Amino acid sequence: QNQNQNPRKLETSPCFLFTVNSVAKMDFQVVILAGGFSSTLFPLVSKEVPKALLPVANRPVLSYVLDLLESNNLKDLIVVVEGEDAALKVGGWISSACVDRLHVEVAAVAENVGTAGALRAIAHHLTAKDILIVSGDIVSDIPPGAVAATHRRHDAAVTAMLCAQPVSGPSESGGSGGKDKTKKPACEDIIGLDSWKQFLLYIAKGTEIKKDTRVKKSILCAAGKMELRSDLVDSHIYAFKRSVLQKVLDQKPAFRSLKQDVLPYLVRTQLRSDVFSDQSNVEENGNGNGKNNMQNNEVVLSQILSNASSPSFHQVYESGLDSRKTHKCCVYIADESKYFVRLNSIQAFMDVNRDVIGDANHLSGYSFSAHHNIVHPSAELGSKTTVGPHCMLGEGSQVGDKCSVKRSVIGRHCRIGSNVKIVNSVVMDHATIGDGCSIQGSVICSNAQLQERVTLRDCQVEAGYIVCVGGEHKGETFARK
Amino acid sequence: MESRRNPRAVVDPKVRQVGFFTSSQPDSSSSQLQQPDPISASASSPPVSTISPSGNSLSPVMIPPPRHNSSDAFPLRNAVVASAVSPSSFSYSSRRDFPDGSTTASPGRHSRGSFVKSSVPVASSLPGIGMDSMAAAKSSSVPASGLTTVSVVTMPPGLSEKASGMEVESDHKKNSKPLKEKTTKAERRAIQEAQRAAKAAAKVDGGKGPAVTSASVASTSAKAARPAKPTSQKNDVAVAAGAAEKKGGPSEKDRKKDAPHPRMQYDDESRVVKAKRRAVVKQTEAKNRVELFRHLPQYEHGTQLPDLETKFFQLDPMHPAVYKVGLQYLSGDISGGNARCIAMLHAFQEVVKDYSTPPEKNLNRDMTAKISSYVSFLIECRPLSISMGNAIRFVKNRIAKLPITLSESEAKAALQSDIERFINDKIIGADTVIVKHAVSKIRDGDVLLTYGSPTAVEMVLLHAHELRKKFRVLVVDSRPKLEGQLLLRRLIKRGINCTYTHINAISYIMHEVTKVFLGASSVLSNGTVYSRVGTACVAMVASAFRVPVLVCCEAYKFHERVQLDSICSNELGDPNAISKVHGREDINYLDGLTNNANLQFLNLMYDATPSDYISMIITDYGMVPPTSVPVIVREYQKEHLLV
Repeated sequence: QNQNQNPRKLETSPCFLFTVNSVAKMDFQVVILAGGFSSTLFPLVSKEVPKALLPVANRPVLSYVLDLLESNNLKDLIVVVEGEDAALKVGGWISSACVDRLHVEVAAVAENVGTAGALRAIAHHLTAKDILIVSGDIVSDIPPGAVAATHRRHDAAVTAMLCAQPVSGPSESGGSGGKDKTKKPACEDIIGLDSWKQFLLYIAKGTEIKKDTRVKKSILCAAGKMELRSDLVDSHIYAFKRSVLQKVLDQKPAFRSLKQDVLPYLVRTQLRSDVFSDQSNVEENGNGNGKNNMQNNEVVLSQILSNASSPSFHQVYESGLDSRKTHKCCVYIADESKYFVRLNSIQAFMDVNRDVIGDANHLSGYSFSAHHNIVHPSAELGSKTTVGPHCMLGEGSQVGDKCSVKRSVIGRHCRIGSNVKIVNSVVMDHATIGDGCSIQGSVICSNAQLQERVTLRDCQVEAGYIVCVGGEHKGETFARK
Repeated sequence: MESRRNPRAVVDPKVRQVGFFTSSQPDSSSSQLQQPDPISASASSPPVSTISPSGNSLSPVMIPPPRHNSSDAFPLRNAVVASAVSPSSFSYSSRRDFPDGSTTASPGRHSRGSFVKSSVPVASSLPGIGMDSMAAAKSSSVPASGLTTVSVVTMPPGLSEKASGMEVESDHKKNSKPLKEKTTKAERRAIQEAQRAAKAAAKVDGGKGPAVTSASVASTSAKAARPAKPTSQKNDVAVAAGAAEKKGGPSEKDRKKDAPHPRMQYDDESRVVKAKRRAVVKQTEAKNRVELFRHLPQYEHGTQLPDLETKFFQLDPMHPAVYKVGLQYLSGDISGGNARCIAMLHAFQEVVKDYSTPPEKNLNRDMTAKISSYVSFLIECRPLSISMGNAIRFVKNRIAKLPITLSESEAKAALQSDIERFINDKIIGADTVIVKHAVSKIRDGDVLLTYGSPTAVEMVLLHAHELRKKFRVLVVDSRPKLEGQLLLRRLIKRGINCTYTHINAISYIMHEVTKVFLGASSVLSNGTVYSRVGTACVAMVASAFRVPVLVCCEAYKFHERVQLDSICSNELGDPNAISKVHGREDINYLDGLTNNANLQFLNLMYDATPSDYISMIITDYGMVPPTSVPVIVREYQKEHLLV
C-alpha cells in the first residue's frame, strides 16, 4: 500500500518548544484518529467539512477531544486524518485554534485504510512504551489518564475503555415527537468481562451476532466465569502496548480496523499469545551478558514478584501450561456519571448538540445565561422572538420577528426570517432560512438555504443546498447527487 | 488486644515492667534513671534506682527510660488536655496522665512502648556513643535522658541538677516541632514563643489560660514552665542546648539520618488536614474507626484508586515506573515485604536511569529530593514497610555518598549497580543463605506449619523438597487475603504433601506439628517479630504446645526500633475486605451497615509477636535467638553505612 503520508509539523511558539524535545508524558504517546469524510454522516460532512470539523455547539468536534486531552495535561499529540484534503483542513484549523497551547502533528493517510491502516502508516513515529489511541469524534469528560493508569497497573497488552451506553434520541423532556423512529439498535457491543471486571474476555459488535457466537473455551475455563454485558459500549479510547500493536499490525496486514479486527484478535489470543513470543527472547538476551548466577537471580526475582501478587487467571493459566505465553486485555469501565457520546451517526450528532448545550453543558466551555442559553451579543433578535433554554445563537446571526427557537443550535451569521419555528435542530453557519419555515429535528448545513414556508421534520440539508418554496418534508435527505 | 496484653506483662516482665513502672515515675528522677555515672546517681532518688532497667533487666536491649516516651507525649498531651493542666502541677500531672497522652496523640514516632535503640549505648555507658545519642536526642526527640547524661558530664553537678527540670522544657520544646527536626533556630524560636506566651499568660493571670494555651503547643509548655523559674529558664536552656550542640556537632548529622522520621499521627486533626493538602492521592478518611487505632491512617478504599488513575497524566514530576508501583501498591497487586521492596527498587533504578541533572543543580541533592518526593507518593499509596524504609535509607545514603568528582553518567551507573547489588545481596542472596540454614533444620518425617505465604519459607520448603527430605506441610491461612492458597498451589505443583486449614483450627492442628516456619515483615531489636496479622497467634499456640517456632527473615528487614504491641505502629487495611466476601452475595449480612455509627471495622494488617514465643530467627547472618537481633542490627547498620 502506498500511503502518501505527510506528517507536518505545525508551527509552535517558542515558549512551547521545549516540550517538543521532551519524552512522551509518562511514556505514553497520544494518537487521535480523526477520520476523514465519513460516509455514515453523509450529508453533514462534505469536502469542506471533514468529520473532525463538524460543529458541535459551534465548535469542531475535534476541539472537544483536544480540550479533554489538554485538561489532562497531554499536549503532544499526533492527529491522523484520512485523505490529504481533509488533513489540510484539519491541520489548518488546529494551527489556528491551538497554536500556542498544544504541540500537534498532523499525519495524512490514504483514504479508506481503516483505523488499523492509519496506525500502520504512522507506526514509525511511535516510540513510547505505550500508545493511547483516541477517536477524534468523541465528546466526553472521561479522563483518559484512567485508562492509561489501568493499562500500566496491569501491564496489559491492550486496555479498552468502556462506558455506559449513551442515551440516544431526543430526551424525554424535549417534548417533541419522533423518538422511536430514531432509535438505534438495542445493543452496540457485546462485551464479556471476568468477575472482577478487569479483563476483557470477549468482544463483538452486537450487529455482527446473528444467532450464535463463539467464545474461546480456554478463556472461559481459565477465567471461570464470564459476564456478558450489552449495556456497555466500547468508547474507542484504547491504550496499546506499542510493541504489541506494531507486531499485530505487521503480522496481520489484512486487519483494517482496530475495533473490529485488532482488538478482537488480541482478546481471542490472550491465552496463546504470539505477540510476546520474541519479546522474552530480547529480555533474555539483554540479561544474558551477566553471569549464570545473575540469570538465576533474575529468575528468583521474577518469581518473588509474581508470587507476591495475587495472580490473574492469565498467570494461573500460564503456570499450568509451561510454554504458553499470555497477554492481558484489560478494561476500564468509566463511571456512569461521566458523559460520553461518539459522533458516529446523524442521530449521535443531534444528541451531542443537544447535550452539549443542555445536560452536559460543562463540556461546551461556554458560560450560559440565566435562561440556560447562549445568545451571542452580536446576534440580532426581532420583536416577539423567543429563544428558549438549551439554545445557542451564534455570532452575528439575525432572527426575524415572532420566531421561536427551542433546544437548537444556530451557527454564526445565519439569517432567519420572521415567523420561523426551530425545534431540536442544528443550523450551521451562514444558513439562510426564509419566513414562515418550521424546522424540527433537522440539520441545516452551512450555506444552505430554505426558502419561504418550508416545513422540515427529521431532515438533513446538505451544505449549499436550496430547498424550494413551500415544501413539506419528513425524514428526507437533501443533497446534490 | 487488651486480653493479650495483660498476660504479656506477666510472661515478659523484663520488657513490660520497665515500661509500666517508669511511666509513673516522677520526671526528674527518671531522667537520671539509667545513669551509671556516680554523679547522677547521687541526684537520683533511691527507690527509683532499685528498679532501674540496667539493674534488673536481663534483656539484651536496654529499654530506654520512660523519659523518651514522656517527652513524646508531653506536648500533645498538653494540647489535648491543655485547659486541664494547672501550671504549678505541671510535671506531676503530666506524668500521671502520661499513658493516656501517649495513646491519644503523640507527635513522635512511636507513641506506645516503642523506642529507638540508639539510646542503648548510653545505658551501657560508653562515653563516645553517649555523645551520639545525645545528638540523636536533640535531633529526633530520643530520650531526654540522653541529654541529661551529657549535661552532667559537661556541667558542674549542681547545675545539672537544676537543669534536669529544665531540660524537660527544652526537650519538649524541641518536640513541639518534631517534624522539622531543626535544632538551633527552632529552639530559639520556641524559647521566644514560650516567653511571649508566658508574658501573655501572666497578663491574664491564668484565668484565660485555656484560651491562650489551646492554640499552640509551645505556649502551653511555656505557661507550664512559667511558675517554675521564669528567669533562669532561658539561661538553663541555652546552656544545655549550647553544650549539646557543641558536643554533638559532628555526629549529629549522621544521627539525624539514622533516626526514623516521626510518624504521622492520624488522630491529630490539624496535621491530617495539612498532610491532605499536600497529598497526591485523594484520601478520604474513613468515618467509623476503631478508637484504639485512630492514630493510624485509614481511608475510604473505594475512592482512592479511581481518583489516582484519573490523574495519571497530571502528576508532572512523577516517573512512570514509580507511578506504576504506587498504583500496584494501592490496588494490592503487589504485596509482601520483599516484592514491594524489589518493585520499589526497580522503579528507583528506572528513575536513576532516566535522570538528568537540571541545570545549576547538584546531582546528589536533586536526586535525593526527587527520591524523597517519590517516596512520599508511595507512602500515600500504602504505608511503607520497614524493609522498604531500610532500602530507601540505603539508596539515599548511596546518593549522598556519591563522590562529587563522578560525571553524571558514572554516578548513575554507580547508583544503578548499587541498587542492583542491594537486591541481589540483601534480598536474593540473603534468601539463599536462609534457605541453606533453614533446610538443615528440616528432618525426615517433619510436619511443618507455615502461615500465610512467606517467600523465604516457600523457598525453604521447595529446597528441602528438592533435597528429597520427607516432610509434610500444613498451610494455615486466614481471611481476607487467603494468601496461603497461592502458596498451597505452588507447593502442590511441586509435589509436596500439604494440608490446608484456616487459623481457627490452629489449636487442633498444632498437635501434629513438629516445627513452625514463619515469615516476617520486620524483626525489631527487642526480638519482636512484626508480621502478617495472625502470626502472633500461630506463634503463641505453637509455643504453648512446645513446638519450636522458626522465623525466616532477611537481615535487611531488621530494625532498631523496639515495639511492645501492635497498636502503636500498624497498618489498617480495607474494611470492606472483611465485611464482604467477594462473589458470595448470599452471605453479605453486613450490607448497608458500613456507615452505621455503632459499627467499626478493624482490618489490621500486622501484629507483633513477642520474642519469647520465638525459638529462633533464621537470617542471612545465621540462626540466632531473638535476643541477638540488636547485635545484628548494630553490625548490619555499620556495614550498611559502609557499603
